[in-house]
Amino acid sequence: MLPNFFKTRLRPAQRMAVWLTLLIATLAHAQDKPYFVTYSQDLEEPGNLEIETKTALATPKGGNGYGATAMELEYGTRAWWTTELYLDGQATAQDSTVFTGFRIENRVRPLMRDHAVNPVFYVEYENISGADKTILEVVGHDSQADLAAPNGDLRRDHQHEAELKLILSSNVKDWNISENFISEKDMSHSPWEFGYAVGAARPLRGAASSRECTVCAEKFIAGAEAYGGLGDTFALTMRSTSHYLAPLIGWQLPKGFRLSFSPGFGLTGTSLDRIYRVGLAREFDQVGNWFHASKGGAQ
Amino acid sequence: MIRRTLSVFTITLGLALSLAAVSSSRWQQVPSRDRARSSPLAGNPEAAAAGALVYKDHCLQCHKANAAGDGHKRPSLRSERIRHASDGAIEWFLRQGDLGHGMPSWASLPEQQRWQLVAYLRSIQ
Repeated sequence: MLPNFFKTRLRPAQRMAVWLTLLIATLAHAQDKPYFVTYSQDLEEPGNLEIETKTALATPKGGNGYGATAMELEYGTRAWWTTELYLDGQATAQDSTVFTGFRIENRVRPLMRDHAVNPVFYVEYENISGADKTILEVVGHDSQADLAAPNGDLRRDHQHEAELKLILSSNVKDWNISENFISEKDMSHSPWEFGYAVGAARPLRGAASSRECTVCAEKFIAGAEAYGGLGDTFALTMRSTSHYLAPLIGWQLPKGFRLSFSPGFGLTGTSLDRIYRVGLAREFDQVGNWFHASKGGAQ
Repeated sequence: MIRRTLSVFTITLGLALSLAAVSSSRWQQVPSRDRARSSPLAGNPEAAAAGALVYKDHCLQCHKANAAGDGHKRPSLRSERIRHASDGAIEWFLRQGDLGHGMPSWASLPEQQRWQLVAYLRSIQ
């Protein structure tokens, strides 16, 4: 039954996504997870600053190809509290390059112990224009048609949005499994919109090598994530919503760099056919100490 | 509407911060089952060498290269407490962290790497 469904109901790109996901899940035997949309329980270590660029490349039906980048500055305020600032922009072929706004978010772990399922509360304020194409979450009836209009038209729509997420995350035998429940609201007279993201990932090898290495299995984390919209308060439905399945891989490089890549495949007619994501991150240890050192408190 | 939304955010954040502030000494909370666990890598010299690299990647930034800490919030790992703790208790502590006192949870590290860290900490006592 499953193979028939696989052959007849899924498009070639969707089949490829399923195969890639199964392949990576088979290969994968934590570091930071290579998720692009899903959040896990991992917070930034206190005092550390991570700067990451997350780039999405896609071509909406009836529109031009684009590259949208979110630059993320993530700071570990406490071991249980992480603060982030995102700066978003995009460039669309045969159109323009525009800054599309900013987001401020906070993630807080309310429970001090590690449990089978660990909740994290996520609160975000977004000040972005309609030209934002980073797709850091999919909610409501988000559609590829929203991305096809010229930048000049899209920028006229200004969004002041609040977003709440409940992040549930578990670590089971080197696997991380995370589920996010998303609700977002434009602070005008708009309904709450809902969405989800789920992800699973694990390092290709659990044990570390006893020698320094860059290209070794424990430096790679592989997995997959799925995300999509669930309608809004007017119509809590999966009809006319976008959904994606995206295998992903992350590579922990020397000197605190991390590279991640994910080809995402749209699963419904309103989704983009494909969306490629590339992330490059660099973690800076104990940035607070830089300022202490300059006051003569160097260690 | 904006005021109501902001109130929901404030209450949610306030509740989370209040809950997060509650904590107590982690070592006293180690369950006896975990305290009794022995390391599957005990006596393996390669485990300590691998643990040294894991330490360098994740622990050195706070506890310093010599594991002596900073004498204040980042404690020395060459201590009586570590020396007398069982392997299982140290692994439990690494997994749980001590979020209220700045020690992150390392549950996201593969279990084998946590045991390698335990082997390294044993080797430097």
